[in-house]
Amino acid sequence: MNIWDTNHECMSREELEQLQLERLQAIANRVYKNVTHYRKAFTDLGIIAEDIRSLSDLTKLPFTTKDDLRVNYPYGFFAVPLREVVRIHSSSGTTSKPIVMGYTKNDIKIWSNLAARFMTAAGVTHDDVVQITFRYGLFTGAFGVHYGAEAIGASVIPMGTGNTDKQIMIMQDYKTTVLVSTSSYALAIADHLEHLGIDPKSLSLKAGLFGGEPWSEKMREEIERRLSLKATDNYGVSEVIGPGVAGECLCKKGMHIYEDAFIPEIINPETGAILPAGSEGELVLTTLTREAFPMIRFRTGDITSLDYAACECGRTLVRMKRIMRRSDDMLIIRGVNVFPSQIEDALFSVAQGETPYQIVVERKGAMDNLEVVVEVTDKIFSLELQKQRSFLETIKKRIASVTGINVDVRLVESKSILRQNGKISKVLDKRDI
Amino acid sequence: MLKIKNINTYYGQAQALKNVSLHLSEGEIVTLLGANGAGKTTLLNSLSGVVPPREGQIIFNNVPINNLAVHQIVRLGISQVPEGRQVFKPVSVEDNLELGAYLHHKMFGGGDEVKKNKEMVYDLFPILRERRKQLAGTLSGGEQQMLAIGRAFMARPKLMLLDEPSMGLAPMVSQEIFRVIENLSKEKKTTVLLVEQNARAALKLANRGYVLETGHMILEGTAAELLDNKDVQRAYLGKDKKEIWER
Repeated sequence: MNIWDTNHECMSREELEQLQLERLQAIANRVYKNVTHYRKAFTDLGIIAEDIRSLSDLTKLPFTTKDDLRVNYPYGFFAVPLREVVRIHSSSGTTSKPIVMGYTKNDIKIWSNLAARFMTAAGVTHDDVVQITFRYGLFTGAFGVHYGAEAIGASVIPMGTGNTDKQIMIMQDYKTTVLVSTSSYALAIADHLEHLGIDPKSLSLKAGLFGGEPWSEKMREEIERRLSLKATDNYGVSEVIGPGVAGECLCKKGMHIYEDAFIPEIINPETGAILPAGSEGELVLTTLTREAFPMIRFRTGDITSLDYAACECGRTLVRMKRIMRRSDDMLIIRGVNVFPSQIEDALFSVAQGETPYQIVVERKGAMDNLEVVVEVTDKIFSLELQKQRSFLETIKKRIASVTGINVDVRLVESKSILRQNGKISKVLDKRDI
Repeated sequence: MLKIKNINTYYGQAQALKNVSLHLSEGEIVTLLGANGAGKTTLLNSLSGVVPPREGQIIFNNVPINNLAVHQIVRLGISQVPEGRQVFKPVSVEDNLELGAYLHHKMFGGGDEVKKNKEMVYDLFPILRERRKQLAGTLSGGEQQMLAIGRAFMARPKLMLLDEPSMGLAPMVSQEIFRVIENLSKEKKTTVLLVEQNARAALKLANRGYVLETGHMILEGTAAELLDNKDVQRAYLGKDKKEIWER
């Protein structure tokens, strides 16, 4: 089994902690100097960067939440001047405004090498042909893996999303050996192969790297069987870098977090208290090497647990369990992060006021489907049929432009959405992963 | 091999190092960058015991050395080449070198070892062999620097602290000095902590580097990362003047 960066992936705990401390002190000094939000947040708590004298002092520092990022939209969190930023990405915020992340030239290099680590761990080498089916654009997903594959020296096919027929044609003709996708899209491809009568063994696939959405051991088993490849999980958070925070090795016993670049903590999402090693809680990440967009104790909202036991692969890095839950109401639809509050914002702005509605998420075949069910109000009822249709279209478009996904919108009779104690639960997630 | 945690060093009331942490692995060349007055020399002096830190921890090969005297630290294998050479000018080159071996000689005895080391220094700097009978004060600046490095090497250190070895030297001579530093690390397996004005040359030589700013450590990274860092480029590589920018 290959390791991309043995220096950093196989350090002794003692060496690692010294490096983490040095980098943590340096980044605390930098954010205090360069980011107004942090200077203020530190001052409010009565701390200065010099109070960080050991790794456990990290807990003295404030959390960073998506709300903090929203308030400082767009560039408030940048720690370098904009002209040193060579790339801007964004991720979903809790309102119609996204969160904006910046990368310096060095950040992109660091990112490439982090992504190369989990790809190498999953078995990718310079002989491979890597087909990336994530969406290119403002999302971090496709680019991170793309850079990782290039750093390794593999051949990259930057396919982007959709057009399953073409994906399969290219997979066959270009002899793709590595598939990068969401787990649900892998199953959609498997379905389509079956439909076309193509034997997966006739393809050249050997590895599949799946991230961006929750999946299960059951799905792994199904993907490996139906696509005849080795499937591994990887983990990224756009706000801290993108893919390249953690990734599974072929032992498939949890994802190694790259601790020389990120310090993980597990907290109780209700109280913010640090939980002992091994407990399940919300993952909090501090970046140690980012230049343009350093994050101090960013609350990811992802629920997981950490395992510090040694791994057979030789990496000494801690492993995190795959993410199965969120501590907030964020939905992951076909790999895209969506907040119900974004949909509500869009809906209410088109409807010009509050309207009873419910978000229904289902898995149709392999893929997620999101439907917004809106109750007819007197105002909508009074519209002509033509106008009603265009009203629904407008909602659809608005939601698509804010969240980046296509949804179905359906009108239903007044009072027909099920109420519990007089209240509609805003999200009905029927998926069983 | 060396681990520094949270050292605070003062000159009287003035604090020159604020909570500085740093490490060196065996065989590495690590460079320390920073503007004048950032605390680079103070950090070397704290390490060698010349200006001991008031607080914090320095561990060298598992031995805490922050409370040891200078000669004890030298004995453990740390030699400093001070800024501005500072050789013993009225004394011959050879005697200068032998003075450098004083502690080593006392510990291990035997003139053979001293002779062997002296030969090694002469091999590193052939010019010093030619001038071994000359008084150190009559040497050129570059030669004095070579002598200072050679003298430090006579103690057969495991770790060498070099403070601005190329200062005031002609480019050709500086190159020669850098070549020897590389040789010390590669062939003689000496670990090197290098403070250098010429950041570009230092980063070319080094594996990793740190950036100090007014007593704070603000950056740690591989030499390649630091070369690409805009702050480093602006401040120490002379690229890219600072402009006002608006958000």
